Amino acid sequence: MISDPLLSEGVDLTVVLIIIGKALFVFVLLLVTVLILIWLERKIVADMQNRIGPNRAGPFGILQSVADGVKLFFKEQSIPESADRPVFRLAPYLSVVPAFLAFSVIPLGGEIEIAGHTTYLQLAEIPIGVLFVLAMSGIGVYGVTLAGWASGSKYPLLGGVRATAQMISYEAALGLAIVGAVLHGHTLSTRGMVLQQGPWEGWGTVADWFFIAVPVSFVIYVIAMVAETNRAPFDLVEAEQELVGGFHTEYTGVRFAIFFLAEYMNMVTMSALAVTLFLGGPAGPEIDFLPHLWPVVWFLLKVSLFIFVYFWLRSTLPRLRYDQLMDLGWRVLIPLAILWLGAVAVFRVGSDQGWPVAVTLPAVVAGGLLIMGFLWLSMPRREPVVRRGSTSSEEVHRG
Amino acid sequence: MTERVHTPEEQERLVEQTDEGTQDDLLPRTEDLVVTGAQWPDEGNTMIVNMGPQHPSTHGVLRLVLELEGETILRCKPVIGYLHTGMEKTGEELTYVQGCTNVTRMDYASPFFNELVYSLAVEHLLGLDVPERATWIRMLLCELNRVASHLLFLASNGMDIGALSMMIYGWREREEVLRFFEKVTGLRMNHNFIRVGGTAADLPDGWQDDVLGLCDIVLEGVYDYDALLTENPIWLERTVGVGVITADEATALGVTGPILRSTGVAWDLRKDAPYLAYPEVEFDVIYTDNGDCFDRYRIRLNEVVESLRIVRQCVEKMPGGDYRVQDLKVTPPPRKRIDESMEALIHHFKIFTEGFKVAGGETYQAVESPRGELGCYLVADGTSRPCRMHVRAPSFYNLQSLPVMMQGGLVADSVAIISSVDPIMGDVDR
Repeated sequence: MISDPLLSEGVDLTVVLIIIGKALFVFVLLLVTVLILIWLERKIVADMQNRIGPNRAGPFGILQSVADGVKLFFKEQSIPESADRPVFRLAPYLSVVPAFLAFSVIPLGGEIEIAGHTTYLQLAEIPIGVLFVLAMSGIGVYGVTLAGWASGSKYPLLGGVRATAQMISYEAALGLAIVGAVLHGHTLSTRGMVLQQGPWEGWGTVADWFFIAVPVSFVIYVIAMVAETNRAPFDLVEAEQELVGGFHTEYTGVRFAIFFLAEYMNMVTMSALAVTLFLGGPAGPEIDFLPHLWPVVWFLLKVSLFIFVYFWLRSTLPRLRYDQLMDLGWRVLIPLAILWLGAVAVFRVGSDQGWPVAVTLPAVVAGGLLIMGFLWLSMPRREPVVRRGSTSSEEVHRG
Repeated sequence: MTERVHTPEEQERLVEQTDEGTQDDLLPRTEDLVVTGAQWPDEGNTMIVNMGPQHPSTHGVLRLVLELEGETILRCKPVIGYLHTGMEKTGEELTYVQGCTNVTRMDYASPFFNELVYSLAVEHLLGLDVPERATWIRMLLCELNRVASHLLFLASNGMDIGALSMMIYGWREREEVLRFFEKVTGLRMNHNFIRVGGTAADLPDGWQDDVLGLCDIVLEGVYDYDALLTENPIWLERTVGVGVITADEATALGVTGPILRSTGVAWDLRKDAPYLAYPEVEFDVIYTDNGDCFDRYRIRLNEVVESLRIVRQCVEKMPGGDYRVQDLKVTPPPRKRIDESMEALIHHFKIFTEGFKVAGGETYQAVESPRGELGCYLVADGTSRPCRMHVRAPSFYNLQSLPVMMQGGLVADSVAIISSVDPIMGDVDR
């Protein structure tokens, strides 16, 4: 069992101060990241759309998010007359607090020494860190759902109902994808997962990262992660073309800002978890100059890779419809994840018991095909759309 | 898409619950116009959602009253009148010379067509023959306007289905067209350029290069949209089989334009009731069979290409000569003649104060606007103002197809469907 060496020699004032310091550091880091992310998203999407994007506040408009935040903090906060007032007030915090908490178990780097104490660059190392993240994202659903319900208005209600269904469905896929990685890594601790993927020993280490070992889990995780954070193309919860603003239609001022903050923090947390589980966490080339800093840099770089994918998807893809989203979740991702989980489990037991691969591999493939065939046969099918008439000659002819 | 059949009791309950009357009860009642559905229904699982007139996807001020069961639309009722401007009535107070300034503001996404149909109607009443060059200039501008209008559709359609970048891409190419319009007419919209007797001015020097250049840019853009959307699985999921309307329903409702053509009826006034010089140019009428949102998107995408074909032929075949009739009773004299000739000055003064008189009679002229059949009905009574003007606005008729298309769809579909109808509310309410 891994546990933070900071706590192994008893708790005194310094230890408490160090923990408070780390908590503040993570808090500020997340806030600053979110501010930069919002600016980056607007800049990157603007670039993809032949626009300039924000360029007034500060150099390259980098202070735009700060300006927006200040504006929102000074705005009047109106509460609709038909709203359930206590719940309406509570909902934003239900959304933002779990987003903060979930990040606390993510390992940002290796060990450092402060004031004679050795500690991890991680706010909290708990033995079931992965489950903790899932639990927190489960609580985050309440924020969105209750916001929609408590607004006493129809569009937010639709948004809230969609959110509940979507997030619960994709949480299942997300959880199953994570279980695949956990089975392979033999641990539920986030730092344990990083350690399982090995310390950096040149670029060959990349092959030990779990996105190579459990690729299907990785793909399912990435898809489910986009849906879980309600981002395009799965942003039905706040589909502005349909539901005006979705669950936060009736929110103004600070409370609106908090929802916004929560969304971006969830993006960061989910990406960070992906990096931790599948991309080796903070592992990366070791450099002698400032050796403790570089793991954090590698970690942030890997996270920004996922974040960029978020932006890229948003500016490219149309939005899925509600029923199509559910189809994808329940009919594709979850069965696939369960099948994959079975395969991983068989291999795991096989390697522990010393079964020859020549036996396990065909057995797994045959079993998988059998189950997939059965599922395919038993699945209700949508009527295919019939296309009458030949339209090929009328298609756009390329010049 | 399954058609939902109500039992009589259920039907009655729905009527009672919603105060909105049944869909087939088309008699207008005062309570139809009252905002209903503020309360939850006492029984049953349906909910009335009021979409618009202030809503991001209702293309201005369209209001839809949707009855939902979960997210499924049971009934839909479009409510119009939020942009009523009384332009038809205003047209009866303005002289024939001033009329174009008025009508150009109706369908603000395709102003040239409004001016054209009004001018055609007045010219028909006057028995006036327009010079050949004027006809070709009109055709050139109208086809470019069709391109601009369809680009606006592609942009907003992409936006409504969630492809955010598509909005900017469509506007980017449309901007090229508008820039040319600005060079020719001085304005980006509401041009008042096509006037009774011809056009307001000749095309500027070097217009051929501008037009050919913008044709290439727009075509390049259309290929981009095709690559971005047409084969995109999410795009197909969202549009194929959504908002289906049959040819019978479309013709019964008076729907024209791309919506009618998407149902397999190849009806296009440019071919079926030719005006201007359309018989002299080569182009195809685009039509498909499925009548869904995807086909309406595909038709407009291909129509842009066809329009560009016509534009290129216009550049090639543009005849020389005058850009307006030199009938001093209808068109003003050239500016420099006013300094030299007393008669010219008098004509100028008369035209811009009293206007010209049109002998009694009535006419209906129609053109194929980007949205369908745009018609103008004029009654003249011998004065310089029309006695009655009515515009058959395609958007108004096309909106009637919304309840048919929406039944059984989801809330998300409603946005795709409104967008695929491409209504311009200025055109609807006039």
